[in-house]
Amino acid sequence: MVSATALGGILLVVAATFAIGVWGAGTARTTSDLLAARRLVREERNAAAISGEYLSAASFLGIAGLVVKDGVDALWYPIGFASGYLAVLMFVAAPLRRSGAYTIPDFVEARLDSLRLRWLSTVFVVLIGWFYLVPQFQAAGLTLQTVSGLPTWVGVPVVVLIVLAGVLSGGMRAVTLVQAFQYWVKLFAITVPAFVLLVVYLTGGSPGGGAEPGPVFQHETTVRVETGVRVHVAEPTWVEVTGSPAPTGGGPLQPQGTASVYVAPGDYDVDAGSSLRFPAGSAVPTVDGADADDSSWMRPEADSPESLVETYSLILATFLGTMGLPHVLIRFYTNPSGHGARRTALFVLLLLGTFYLFPTLFGLLSRMFVPELLVTGRTDAAVLLLPQAMLGGWPGALLAALTAAGAFAAFVSTSSGLVVSIAGVLSTDLLRDRGIDPRIVLVGTALVPVGVALVLPPHDLYRGVGMAFALAAATFCPLLVLGIWWRGLTAAGAAAGLLTGGCAVLLALAGGVALPEAGGIAGVLMRQPALLAVPAAFAVTVLVSSATRGQVPDGVGRIVLRMHAPDRLGFLDDPATRARGRKAKAQEGRHRR
Amino acid sequence: MTPEQGAPATGGRRPRRKRVVLADRRRRAPVARTIMELEEQTSVGEVLVGHLVRAQLRSALLMTGLLAVGLFGLPVLFHLLPSLGDAVIFGMRVPWLLLGVFPYPFMVLLGYWYSRSAARHERDFLHMVER
Repeated sequence: MVSATALGGILLVVAATFAIGVWGAGTARTTSDLLAARRLVREERNAAAISGEYLSAASFLGIAGLVVKDGVDALWYPIGFASGYLAVLMFVAAPLRRSGAYTIPDFVEARLDSLRLRWLSTVFVVLIGWFYLVPQFQAAGLTLQTVSGLPTWVGVPVVVLIVLAGVLSGGMRAVTLVQAFQYWVKLFAITVPAFVLLVVYLTGGSPGGGAEPGPVFQHETTVRVETGVRVHVAEPTWVEVTGSPAPTGGGPLQPQGTASVYVAPGDYDVDAGSSLRFPAGSAVPTVDGADADDSSWMRPEADSPESLVETYSLILATFLGTMGLPHVLIRFYTNPSGHGARRTALFVLLLLGTFYLFPTLFGLLSRMFVPELLVTGRTDAAVLLLPQAMLGGWPGALLAALTAAGAFAAFVSTSSGLVVSIAGVLSTDLLRDRGIDPRIVLVGTALVPVGVALVLPPHDLYRGVGMAFALAAATFCPLLVLGIWWRGLTAAGAAAGLLTGGCAVLLALAGGVALPEAGGIAGVLMRQPALLAVPAAFAVTVLVSSATRGQVPDGVGRIVLRMHAPDRLGFLDDPATRARGRKAKAQEGRHRR
Repeated sequence: MTPEQGAPATGGRRPRRKRVVLADRRRRAPVARTIMELEEQTSVGEVLVGHLVRAQLRSALLMTGLLAVGLFGLPVLFHLLPSLGDAVIFGMRVPWLLLGVFPYPFMVLLGYWYSRSAARHERDFLHMVER
């Protein structure tokens, strides 16, 4: 396979990460150094760190893979991922920074003065973080498997060890530097190959043809099927099938031993472990659920109400879910002021927008040059395989090494950020009373999703991440937005909203697992429940808060003032930034030392 | 006016003369009374803060509206005008341009507008408080 050079690229990224981590770590010794970055990180670097942490496997590998399958409709994922920062900028960044809260549970306790609600929100922070971590670890397994042929149960633990080693040696202070560095690694790793491949394509690498209605194999291609799939054949074609050792059915693509088959259009099952050899020029059978012909792939799928509901549900989940992700908010705390938090969010939007122009290009080219991924459905590997398929030789190997290194940076940075922020939330709650070593909490938070990632079959990356966004949008978005902009929020209302939104998303997830074939609008909402869950959570929060109007906390006016008053008035309740305010006000910080 | 110049103990130098002014027009200190009104949650303070919060929320909602119409309106547009799916500009399909390139500069622009208006509201608030 790609092997040596790509492994070299990955090792280089890991080595550079550690070097920067060790160099930057120097002073990270106390619990708060380990879990919260030193405040007053410059806005530009902070924005690069946020973007580096945010560009996960779903962004680096998943988007291109989804474009290969679904075409133009897949572009709503990157749009949604970026738009989330617009929501953060407009509704949360500055007020949340000024509130002095460092995690969502901190904010909840400061705003609503309820310890029980703090615990409830801690549970959801951990849950969302784990939802987000599982696909990262699965992507790690996939990348190592594609690059080196190692089975996933080796790849996943290797990556987790790297993440833990990085986090434990440096803590968050080093992580800020590392994340900022990794944003530029990822940008470089996607732009350079994209430009080169585009030039190759424009100067005659084009496969020509165009008469075929769907993707076509350029060369004679052998496809190994690792997990059983159901494929759709649109054009009749010859296939040489080497059946799996244990065929499960009697379909034409499930023979005993080897057979040459002429398949008519239709749907066929293919067993795990079998391999299919297609002659050059034959049409590519596509995995169930992918757009089989290029014309529907090129056009937005907007003819049915289901597809509209699906698109809007996704938009809502990503637009409002970003603010509730645990590793996003924790970073805004490292800004010097509310104004700085807004500037950071704007920079992040710019950096993400730049990055997201490129995965699309990979998806477009992959549909033409690595169509065999459509047979197995493992389109998430497109970014890793495209350079070799288009260029071959050492230039291809070099570019493949670059994309592999970028993918590695993607899940190492995202999962480090997540592990640190989940552990941060857990430690501030557990440690305060019991004195548990934060390192143990860090290891614990990383190990649970590893188990899940190894047990669950690898789904498409974007789907798992999409669920994490839906859960965040349905739980923390109402809590944050109403907590910041509405004085009438009560602890009872917030708890009711959290439970409504959370249960709605979890029920939809359970429904989707139980009835994977469900169609219609119900089926769509089970795959992406945000369109239902988020408005429900908002409505319940407002209704219950209004019903319990008497319980609005006493100090709400003071908290609203602190969140919204300009930085210069110096209401920031925070020793590091108080010096910058004009009026030093002695008030004991409640949440940290 | 640095501390060294003001400190009489250093090297026996005579303290420098200071210019005494009744009001420094360049750096106006916040009037303690208004700040206290804000802190103590008097009716004046409540009104001032409420005004600021509403102004900020209004511009955030305005930008959200622009985003909803300009970007999130596209699926409906594609639904109503299916022929748009086949249109070609500069050799590229219109939906790919509209979804692959256009959203990012558009969102950065909205974000920039919002930051500017938020900063302006805060300046207005400071003017009111620091009269």
